[in-house]
Amino acid sequence: MLAKLNYMELRTVNMGVISNGTTLLDAGALDSGVATGAMTLIKTLTASSSATLDFLNGASSVVFDSTYDSYVFKFIDIHPATDDTDLTFQVDVGTGTSYGQTITSTAFQVFHGEDGNSGAIAYKANRDQAQGTAFQPICQDIGNGNDESMNGELTIFSPSSGTFVKHFIGLGTNVYSGDASIQIYTAGYVNTTTALTRIRFKMDSGNIDAGTIKMYGIK
Amino acid sequence: MGLISNGTTIFDAGAMSAGFGGSMTFIKKLTASSSATLSFVDGSSSVVLDNTYKEYVFYFKNIHPATNSAYVTFQGNASGGSGYNETITSTMWGAFSEEDGSSANVFYTTADDQANGTAFQTIVKATNNDNDTATSGYLHLFNPSSTTFAKHFIAFGSTNGSDENDIYHTAGYFNTTSAIDEIQFKMSSGNIDAGDICLYGIA
Repeated sequence: MLAKLNYMELRTVNMGVISNGTTLLDAGALDSGVATGAMTLIKTLTASSSATLDFLNGASSVVFDSTYDSYVFKFIDIHPATDDTDLTFQVDVGTGTSYGQTITSTAFQVFHGEDGNSGAIAYKANRDQAQGTAFQPICQDIGNGNDESMNGELTIFSPSSGTFVKHFIGLGTNVYSGDASIQIYTAGYVNTTTALTRIRFKMDSGNIDAGTIKMYGIK
Repeated sequence: MGLISNGTTIFDAGAMSAGFGGSMTFIKKLTASSSATLSFVDGSSSVVLDNTYKEYVFYFKNIHPATNSAYVTFQGNASGGSGYNETITSTMWGAFSEEDGSSANVFYTTADDQANGTAFQTIVKATNNDNDTATSGYLHLFNPSSTTFAKHFIAFGSTNGSDENDIYHTAGYFNTTSAIDEIQFKMSSGNIDAGDICLYGIA
């Protein structure tokens, strides 16, 4: 009988799977004891002349709560409609839609022109915030030439905490509108002890013409 | 055939559905043994470096140079091209801290950035070749198969200099709209005595 089972094809079933007494999957989900890796893709949003890209906990399969300790957003070839613009983000709590939480942050820039000029690292005072409520830049001055784009990532730690402020770390690298390689390193915190439930990305001017943002949960 | 549980498809067409399993997939490990180069070539030796993933990460661990103070470097080759000599514009900054606490600083390194250059890109400088010293770090490569955009990368490495810790952060782009499907690592001088580099795809 065992030999026969070993040669059975896997058929479409509408039930759980138990192996040697251990439940592997049931009720449409893998059992929590099954090793699946610590980084889980939650949601992919693709821009198409989009004013904003929003990730809302509980909507469109997005999870942004205590399920994961940290969340990482990956930016793949973000292309702005408007030349010389920044990708920015803000967050909100509950069912809020104002996206104006209080942020204190730091930012520094690394730059080098295709012409060999201006290689330098410098603090970026016009991209930090001191208890500000503006959208936080995570890059600087993306060109909108056909081959110009921005890539990078943003990590938000424990957004569901009801005790601590919410820390973030971001790094964006892009083709500068003036033909250069530029990176913005930013970090800081959303100065609230209320759980975050949503995050919005947008350009500081104009639409996100194209590009992808992927959201991952980190166990 | 697929497998459906409570109306949710878990497996189908030979693959696990999105949302199940991990998002970081191990692709290939290369181990140096007095190696002049370590190369990851799409379609060769089980290497995938194409549009299967939007992001690839190389983790280099305990890279030990044969030659004292050699740099860890990399370059790409475009699909259908010959030679690791793509045009790169990049930045590089670093920081160091002496073991005796005598000095520490952060700096930009103009000698190792590129302005539409075609040299191998330094990602970590001056690794000491003492028996217990080596370099570790990672290199992210975004959307290398794009035929629309330049190809961005971000690297971060930590090494042992002469009784000090040095860190380097390099970023920039291959200034080509051709797909990049080969990446090669080598030291700036001499062989890679030991160490390994692992390639992962990020779904």
